[in-house]
Amino acid sequence: MSADDVGGPRQPMLRVRQLVKHFPLKGQWGRGAGTVCAVDGIDFEVLKGETLGVVGESGCGKSTTARLLMHLIERTGGEIDFDGRTVGGRGLTLKDFRRQVQMVFQDSYSSLNPRLTIEDSVAFGPQVHGVEARTSVSRARELLARVGLEPRRFAERYPHELSGGQRQRVNIARALALQPRLIILDEAVSALDKSVEAQVLNLLLDLKEEFGLTYLFISHDLNVVRYISDRVMVMYLGQVVEIGASEEIFVAPKHPYTKALLASMPSMDPDRRTQEAPLAGDPPNPIDPPPGCRFHTRCKFAEPVCITRVPTLAGDGHAVACLMHEPGSGHSRAAGAAA
Amino acid sequence: MSPTPDDPLVLVRDLRVTFTGGRAPVQAVSGVDLTVHRGEAVALIGESGSGKSVTLRALLRLHSPKRTVMEGTIRVVGQDVLALGGRALADYRGKVASMIFQEPLLALDPVYTVGKQIVESILRHENVSATDARKRALQLFERVRIPSPERRLDAYPHEMSGGMRQRAMIALALACNPQVLLADEPTTALDATVQIQILLLLRELQRELGLAIVFVTHDIGAAIEVADRIAVMYAGRIVEEGPARTLIRAPRHPYTLALLQSRAHGALAKGSRLQTIGGSPPDLAHLPQGCAFAERCRFAADACLATQPPALELAPGHQARCLRTEATAAAANAVTAMA
Amino acid sequence: MAILAGAPPAIVPVVFERSPGYWATVWRKLRRDKVAMAAGFVVLLLVLLAVFGSYITPADPFKASMLSRLKPIGTAGYPLGSDELGRDMLSRLMMGARLSLFMGITPVLAAFFLGSAIGILAGYAGGAVNTAIMRTIDVFYAFPSVLLAIALSGALGAGITNSLISLTVVFIPLIARVAESATVQVRGREFVEAARASGASAFTIVRVHVLGNVLGPIFVYSTSLIAVSMILASGLSFLGLGVKPPQPEWGLMLNTLRTAIYTQPWIAALPGVMIFITSISFNVLSDGLRSAMDVKQ
Repeated sequence: MSADDVGGPRQPMLRVRQLVKHFPLKGQWGRGAGTVCAVDGIDFEVLKGETLGVVGESGCGKSTTARLLMHLIERTGGEIDFDGRTVGGRGLTLKDFRRQVQMVFQDSYSSLNPRLTIEDSVAFGPQVHGVEARTSVSRARELLARVGLEPRRFAERYPHELSGGQRQRVNIARALALQPRLIILDEAVSALDKSVEAQVLNLLLDLKEEFGLTYLFISHDLNVVRYISDRVMVMYLGQVVEIGASEEIFVAPKHPYTKALLASMPSMDPDRRTQEAPLAGDPPNPIDPPPGCRFHTRCKFAEPVCITRVPTLAGDGHAVACLMHEPGSGHSRAAGAAA
Repeated sequence: MSPTPDDPLVLVRDLRVTFTGGRAPVQAVSGVDLTVHRGEAVALIGESGSGKSVTLRALLRLHSPKRTVMEGTIRVVGQDVLALGGRALADYRGKVASMIFQEPLLALDPVYTVGKQIVESILRHENVSATDARKRALQLFERVRIPSPERRLDAYPHEMSGGMRQRAMIALALACNPQVLLADEPTTALDATVQIQILLLLRELQRELGLAIVFVTHDIGAAIEVADRIAVMYAGRIVEEGPARTLIRAPRHPYTLALLQSRAHGALAKGSRLQTIGGSPPDLAHLPQGCAFAERCRFAADACLATQPPALELAPGHQARCLRTEATAAAANAVTAMA
Repeated sequence: MAILAGAPPAIVPVVFERSPGYWATVWRKLRRDKVAMAAGFVVLLLVLLAVFGSYITPADPFKASMLSRLKPIGTAGYPLGSDELGRDMLSRLMMGARLSLFMGITPVLAAFFLGSAIGILAGYAGGAVNTAIMRTIDVFYAFPSVLLAIALSGALGAGITNSLISLTVVFIPLIARVAESATVQVRGREFVEAARASGASAFTIVRVHVLGNVLGPIFVYSTSLIAVSMILASGLSFLGLGVKPPQPEWGLMLNTLRTAIYTQPWIAALPGVMIFITSISFNVLSDGLRSAMDVKQ
């Protein structure tokens, strides 16, 4: 374990409580035109050494969550604890936190400075934290070699001379340069071709083992999330609807949204093509989301109680936020409803 | 010049597309043969740079004539597409064949309502009154299952959700009753639950209107959901083509096999590494003399490097450009046996 | 991986594959642009003329002669004719390049530094700082630049220094605006977010990640202002607010020769032709530079 470790292996790496991010919309003539509830009160933990996958559709708040965790945007409310300590509080400055948590973005090109050689990009972080230029560059070359880019050929190249897969390797090397403990991967493989994606996923698994990393892996690709994650969190309109062990989520999903999401995956069997779309319409806009259970507008099990009552995320290990799984909630399918 | 009903709607023979704009000419497509019949959907799959989109755009002659050299034959509904000029080309686009794109927000004009764009398109191609055109636009909106179509006709593209926009673009593409629908990654930018709706819509249109669909995608799953036949492209050539079922269950080109194996999917054991394809695709400005995949192929023999493998008919309608189809078959069978 | 592990072997020189940098790529693309290269050649000639013009004039540009006033083009001893005081036009035009280019380039250069600084500050700081700076700039922006230059020069009084100052003030808002929008654009890119996520301070981010990406576009825009600056400076001289006679400067020459427009129209037009050639060359060159800097991807 790393020297930075304070709480021991059983203390969660990251604990998020009631995290909220609202973006106020400016209307005409200065009147407010509503609020985008990008993230609306989410609770979760990332355990040390695990990979937590985050899935959901556009507008579900998964990328906003990543930026909130990195403190790239300011949160409206809630708490983020890293290894038991509040970021910016006693013992853990923001700069120190940012050395221990790094992020890889989706757009491999946009996340590299086009005017810097890739070794300079990788060496930038350590230099910020006081590592001498020579040392940081030679370390950058080691890291480039580690992610599969031969330094002699690649170190002094510019981003536009590399392929998407190679650039994403550079971004991974850049994230590793600060020797972080947690890496947030925001759709990090989504823009890559399938065969390149496989190479990068393999690399991520190897690095995780080698450096004892923890991943927060955000993706819309359920196959990839299932492959790489130990646990999975499903988000819908700024809230967590289900969280649990990866295999449980994929084999025995409980929330109707999770079920629909899984059933929407294209079939790989030409004889068993999808006959009916599991959901109609698009995910609703996170501006002024529906009351009660946010999924009730698209849920085929929705009942009047779903409009009025907000489900709570409950359950040990495999938690779900659905009135059908809340005993005595008033939903006809909930336990204790008939009694 | 009078095509019989049995003639293919799309007939491409030895299509070569070379881009001459850069320093060295780039052979984006080098010898593609493709046949699509009425009511048939063919998917072109491959990774970026494989020439799948270039082939599709060539069918509508969308490439800049100044910087593109096109050779070979393209016959669509009996018309020699490469010989069409001026007025005839404008008539051909939209009336005989039309295209839907990945990003409808870029393909639709932002300053006109969607309804107006459809009416315009009908009026440009056909001699009907504005009222009739509007009536037809409404029917088209119902056809592509846009809820409250009357109201949505008067919406601007940015006022619609992603899935709705894609439906509107399909309606626009169908405005002048084309017989051939070309689709360029139409679901890539969409959310999972919306993607499946659009795929099912395409399948329904193909069946009910007897459209010939050429569907370009990098997602094998999307291809399986829509296509009767799948053609796999690599470095500007179709390396394997066959009925979807055959191609998925019994691939005979090593690239198809590798593509299928590099996918992360549910059946994978946790922690196992994904199969990857080593190396990277060839430089299209300097294509090798032999098989373009040989350098990365695990079955490659000396003969593969020497000459371009001819298309080998393995079964009626199933072809592969490979000298080592038997070795591939054995490897594919071994995988199936294990699963 | 000999370069990383232990002592490198003595014989094998470690050669890194150095790719042509960004500016090398820009230069390669610019070289293929024949029109821009021609314009660049003209600009080079003008600069040489400005530096060495006074040493190679065929005649004394200040020597007046009442006898040979307004000689037509092609007169012996006066290849481009003579002006209203009988001075050799060719010599005056050659010598005029110095002041004219100086008046064109200096204000733009000064405004490039000041405007970039203001614009980058506004763009990177955002929020209230941005609003304060940009609204102030909008006030200046609202005046037509000719009027603003005349008004400032008039207020400060005639003379070269004052017209340089007033031209600089005219250009600062233009350049600051471009700098601001370029900075806002770069600031939204993910490599800046990544740099913030590495714990870098705002100053470091601007120095390492912002400057390199915005100075190029600002510079290109600024070169296109050189032509405007020359024309405005000529205008000020024409109005008697800039260069004082008998100094040869094209705008001033245009002014003093206006009396001869009916007798020797070709000679009266010559300074205007020089201004035209210069401004066109600078514009074409900056256009070429802009498209060359638009490196793909």
